[in-house]
Amino acid sequence: MTQKLTAVKVADGVYWVGAIDWEIRNFHGYLTSRGTTYNAFLIMAEKVTLIDAVKGPFFEELMARISSVIDPSKIDYIVSNHSEMDHSGCLPEVAAAVRPEKIFASQQGLKALGEHFHEGLDVVGVQDGQVLDLGNDKLSFFETRMCHWPDSMVSYLHGPEVLFSQDAFGMHLASAERFDDELDDRPMARELAKYYANILMPLAAPIKKALAKLTGSGLAFKLICPDHGPIWRSHFPRVLELYQRWAGSFRTRKAVVVYDTMWQSTRKMAEAIRDGLSSGGAKAVVMPLDSSHRSDVATEVLEAGALLVGSPTINNQMFPTVADVMCYLQGLRPAGLIGAAFGSYGWSGESTKLLSAALDAMKVEQVAEPVRVKYIPTAEDMEACRELGATVARRLAQAYPDRA
Amino acid sequence: MQKFVCDACGYIYDPEQGDPDNGVEPGTAFADVPADWVCPDCGVGKDEFSPA
Repeated sequence: MTQKLTAVKVADGVYWVGAIDWEIRNFHGYLTSRGTTYNAFLIMAEKVTLIDAVKGPFFEELMARISSVIDPSKIDYIVSNHSEMDHSGCLPEVAAAVRPEKIFASQQGLKALGEHFHEGLDVVGVQDGQVLDLGNDKLSFFETRMCHWPDSMVSYLHGPEVLFSQDAFGMHLASAERFDDELDDRPMARELAKYYANILMPLAAPIKKALAKLTGSGLAFKLICPDHGPIWRSHFPRVLELYQRWAGSFRTRKAVVVYDTMWQSTRKMAEAIRDGLSSGGAKAVVMPLDSSHRSDVATEVLEAGALLVGSPTINNQMFPTVADVMCYLQGLRPAGLIGAAFGSYGWSGESTKLLSAALDAMKVEQVAEPVRVKYIPTAEDMEACRELGATVARRLAQAYPDRA
Repeated sequence: MQKFVCDACGYIYDPEQGDPDNGVEPGTAFADVPADWVCPDCGVGKDEFSPA
């Protein structure tokens, strides 16, 4: 028996025609523990319009879902809100199969699609605020540059008041259900935060601008259709509130302790720091890097007030797993963190100095000198680690008295 | 002269270089770059630049 792939009606004349990727776990280095979806939408207006395509290998799934509503060759327009390959990968194949009258993208999207597919696609660039007449409805385009690529834009369908928000407000979560109110809140909240932390965290300035544009537009939003994960039908006000909070670098009395260890010394130090943090009333999250993914560390850092990083010294360097996470976090540019470095060593002991420099590069305010321990921590060393934890907890209590 | 960095993508505007491809002559201070100039890498406006 072959699987029947059908479209899902999401509003009057609007259908979800995307693809569900249950299997993916590595999304360019982001651990997608619950898989993802590549959402595409079909607008059955007089001018039949497809919003976005899907990742290359899901071409047939997209076409099958479209075919459950209409002969794909009847599609007049294709809109590419975002040129990243998970939404444009099969765009040339779709264009070849559909032969649309026109393909639309932002001015930057026009450039980016050209740089992806070279001579293969004939695309029309639209201006910010431009309105496309679909006959019996209208589609407006709004540029959202660097939310999260230069080409990013969103499209708004006036009749049913639907916003196609591309990657904004999305999450990596594969599900058979299409709407937010059909899914459990906790995994959804977790994946929403993870998506923001790993994809949008460095882009606070353009995000604030885009949110202001959206909320100041005077438009009503009945449905928000992102390019990944559930469609927001019931909980969007809460999502908007969270985006505003995160773009404002909201921090709490949470401290993330990240470390790797060679012969358990740096691990013991991390435990003592955790003890000091907890005794001081901070919430401690301990993340050993042999079993914690960089993208989960980023998620914990999203609302944390402090970051403490530990590494032994190996061949005059910090541990490669720690270097990996520091490189990743530096790129995500978390603002307003305090923190410190710690680590064990045998003879040369460069790791804490390197970590301290890495924290400086991230603009983390270091509340104390790094704690360094030779070989195995003594009782005094363990006390110094507890004291470091307690110092951080005190600073967090001063900074965020009301945010446990 | 003061360099400016794009908050969105990290592009650095160096007044000594200017941005001749987009009509900004070398030697143009950031303050004198036209208001409608955008980041040549990612397209955000002048208001999203900070002193480097």
